[in-house]
Amino acid sequence: MTAWLRQHVHAFASALRRLSVLNALVIGIALALPAGGYALLESLRPAGARLALEPRISLFLEPQVRRADAEALGKRLRADPRIAAVRFIPREEALKEMSAMPGLSEVIGALGRNPLPDAFVVTSREDIAGELARLPGVAEVQADAVWARRLAAAAAIVQLGLWLLAALLGAALVAVTFNTIRLQILTQRDEIEVSKLIGATDAFIRRPFYYLGLLQGLAGGAVALAVVAAALALLNREVGVLAASYGSSFRFGFLSGPEALAVVLFAGLLGWLGARLSVSRHLRQIELM
Amino acid sequence: MVSFSAVAKRYPGGQEALKDISFSLEAGELAFLTGRSGAGKSTVLKLIPAIERPSAGSVVVNGQNVGALQRAAIPVLRRNIGLVFQDQKLLYDRSVFDNVMLPLAFSSHPPKEAARRARAALDKVGLLGRERANPIQLSGGEQQRLAIARAVVNRPALLVADEPTANLDAESAARILDIFVAFNQVGVTVLIATHDRALVERYGRRVLRLEAGRIL
Repeated sequence: MTAWLRQHVHAFASALRRLSVLNALVIGIALALPAGGYALLESLRPAGARLALEPRISLFLEPQVRRADAEALGKRLRADPRIAAVRFIPREEALKEMSAMPGLSEVIGALGRNPLPDAFVVTSREDIAGELARLPGVAEVQADAVWARRLAAAAAIVQLGLWLLAALLGAALVAVTFNTIRLQILTQRDEIEVSKLIGATDAFIRRPFYYLGLLQGLAGGAVALAVVAAALALLNREVGVLAASYGSSFRFGFLSGPEALAVVLFAGLLGWLGARLSVSRHLRQIELM
Repeated sequence: MVSFSAVAKRYPGGQEALKDISFSLEAGELAFLTGRSGAGKSTVLKLIPAIERPSAGSVVVNGQNVGALQRAAIPVLRRNIGLVFQDQKLLYDRSVFDNVMLPLAFSSHPPKEAARRARAALDKVGLLGRERANPIQLSGGEQQRLAIARAVVNRPALLVADEPTANLDAESAARILDIFVAFNQVGVTVLIATHDRALVERYGRRVLRLEAGRIL
């Protein structure tokens, strides 16, 4: 082992001994907020994207429209070249679906008669909702595309918010590390002073603090991932129940491997930066003898 | 080994610690630097490892003009000088052994060799049995010996000690000076600052008398 490597091992070991679990927790919990928010947002994105790509339009018919007229309307819709798919949902089927939902069957039973209209679900790449609303017998039109666009806009706002949060908490991470290193330098003041007097280079004195900042950041990043994983596991138990009631198997996904790695490395980098700022500022203050 | 020529040292604020110091110490020599408190003994010693820089004149150690050294060259200079500080500067958060290991952390010795050297240094000052103790548990004389062990663990050619016998009883003080004499006998150049004239006279070595910033 070369002397250079030995000194790095020495500095690393010294930093490892001084690593504070509490500081890693503080950093980890702070970073869990943006990291967790990002995971939630990324999980929702495919659903939003699908909605935006295949805008579905729901046509609710007037309640007095007869089945024969409804079928005629269906034929007309299928003939339209702009429309990719048409699905007819008779009012009985809609009622059956709704009755299957927990809690709603009693409500529907109490109504005595079927309050739901016949409906068509139309898939079209063009925005023809306004045109469809004017067809005879159509009471109301709901275009998914509109709320898909709203969802995308809302997601963009949330994403921007998350970036701002990440920037703020990243700055907090640097500040926490800055202060930790400051206190550590004060604690080791005697050792630093003696080491300088008997021939330690500046690099030798700084190295353990850089490692401490780096390790603290990495540990904080790891804690953040653990917090996010635990929170998602807890959320997914409840989300699973809700999604099942919609016939969906939706779950919030954890960060991908590269994303998780990026969180940890970025936290480590910020920790190192905080240490560097602190060391260059506070070591200068230790005067000799 | 050490050569001062026309050295003056003024501290910021105008206080003139040294006025005109010239002397030289040959390799293998042992000399005492005496004078009352405030005569400038500590300042002379601090100029040697570049803890202070001269305001005028030159300090040459091992052929190097210390006053003109680049900042980056200072650690190398200091590793070749054994320093025993007036306040010892021991670290009380670690064992006697680890105190001696400190200078070896930034030299290039493999761990086994470093530990062997640390034990050898402790052995020379008679503290080998106290390796695991904390410095706070040592007597004043033992603490001073520990400071010497730390100073010599890198086997420097020059040993500089500031008041190593201060606050010690006559017996402990004599033991400390005997240790320095023993190092000198194996070729180490030694410079010891002390205000204890009586003790110094018993050794019959060269004495540099410092008074009001000048060598008499």
